[in-house]
Amino acid sequence: MNINLTIIGQAIAFFIFVVFCMKFVWPPITAALAERKKKIAEGLDAADRAERDLQLAQEKATENMRKGKEEAAAIIEQANKRANQIIEEAKEKAVEEAGRVKAAATAELEQEVNQAREALRGQVATLALAGAEKILEASIDEKAHAQLVEKLAAEL
Amino acid sequence: MASGTQTSSEYISHHLTNLTFGSHPVNGMSFAHNAQEAAEMGFWAINVDTLGWSIALGVLFTWLFRKVAKTATSGVPGSTQNFVETIIEFVDENVKGIFHHKNDLIAPLSLTIFVWIFLMNTMDLIPVDWIPFVAGQIGASFGADPHHVYMKVVPTTDVNATAGMALSVFALIIFYSIKQKGLGGFLAELSFQPLGKWMLPFNLFLELVGLLAKPISLALRLFGNMYAGEMIFILIALLPFWAQWVLSVPWAIFHILVITLQAFIFMVLTIVYMAMAYDHH
Repeated sequence: MNINLTIIGQAIAFFIFVVFCMKFVWPPITAALAERKKKIAEGLDAADRAERDLQLAQEKATENMRKGKEEAAAIIEQANKRANQIIEEAKEKAVEEAGRVKAAATAELEQEVNQAREALRGQVATLALAGAEKILEASIDEKAHAQLVEKLAAEL
Repeated sequence: MASGTQTSSEYISHHLTNLTFGSHPVNGMSFAHNAQEAAEMGFWAINVDTLGWSIALGVLFTWLFRKVAKTATSGVPGSTQNFVETIIEFVDENVKGIFHHKNDLIAPLSLTIFVWIFLMNTMDLIPVDWIPFVAGQIGASFGADPHHVYMKVVPTTDVNATAGMALSVFALIIFYSIKQKGLGGFLAELSFQPLGKWMLPFNLFLELVGLLAKPISLALRLFGNMYAGEMIFILIALLPFWAQWVLSVPWAIFHILVITLQAFIFMVLTIVYMAMAYDHH
């Protein structure tokens, strides 16, 4: 166990390894480590942001759904109202129509009654004349008494 | 595994001797044949095994981490990248917890210290005879006596390796102390604490001891722990082969903790010392 040149040889080797390590080993590896750290931080950040976005979107969706339901309810109510209105209108129209039909029928009936009356009136005159003829037998001048009979028929 | 031709003490000292190459006064440039020859080579010799294994493991470390760094993605990491990232984040957390200044060197420095020392310490878990035996056979094929081919596979059990790193850290401590506080500020810090300027020699002595204790404690703590651990493994290896596992397995499991802990302590103390170099007292 002698102290000899080995001590200097070892120091030189040590120096070379340290310099090599300092120049070519340490910087690239620590740079990669730092970059990975940054990447991980960014990833975590992005995940946080995404979660927040998702929450926001969910809130928005819930809000939209609520609004949609409200609108639908309003539309249904309006439709019901409109339907009732249409029914009312239809009823009114029907009543009106019925009135009109009834009036027309009444008028026609009256007319027919009148016609029948006129016809009856004519026949009554003839019947009365024939009756009177039978009663009086040929004593009646048709022409002379026609005026009289007509007057009678008009009174019927 | 004390063979017939080797006594226990020879076996142990064989395992504790580095493969030293240098200029021997008698043999010229050669590998030392024993510890005494290695000592005779003096300072101008190198421990080939220590440097070889530490550089190989350092290259393994830089190769693996560079491979990941080249393809590092900020997306989903592969298993290798995941593993490397775990280590880097562990080191980074420690650096950020202790050292609060802006310095691009400290974190890679700490990473290198932690992983490299961990890998060097891990060599301790390879059974003590495997690599020395292979090395002996290779040496024998070149015509050398296998008993004289030394191979200490754990670089951190060589005080040269730990001291080499500790002194590098010490140089950085001095450099950053002067850079942050100025030469005057650094000297003032050594001279006028803790007892004021009238006790300057005493202060200087105290602070210098404190300063020098940093690299020495760094080097010797790691060296001592690993040397002692290795020693235990070698002693266990002296038992009959069928009984070794009773001790070597628990010791190896315990040693997993030790090798990690020692790498971690070296790293944390380096960070603390660098933070002290930056802080004004």
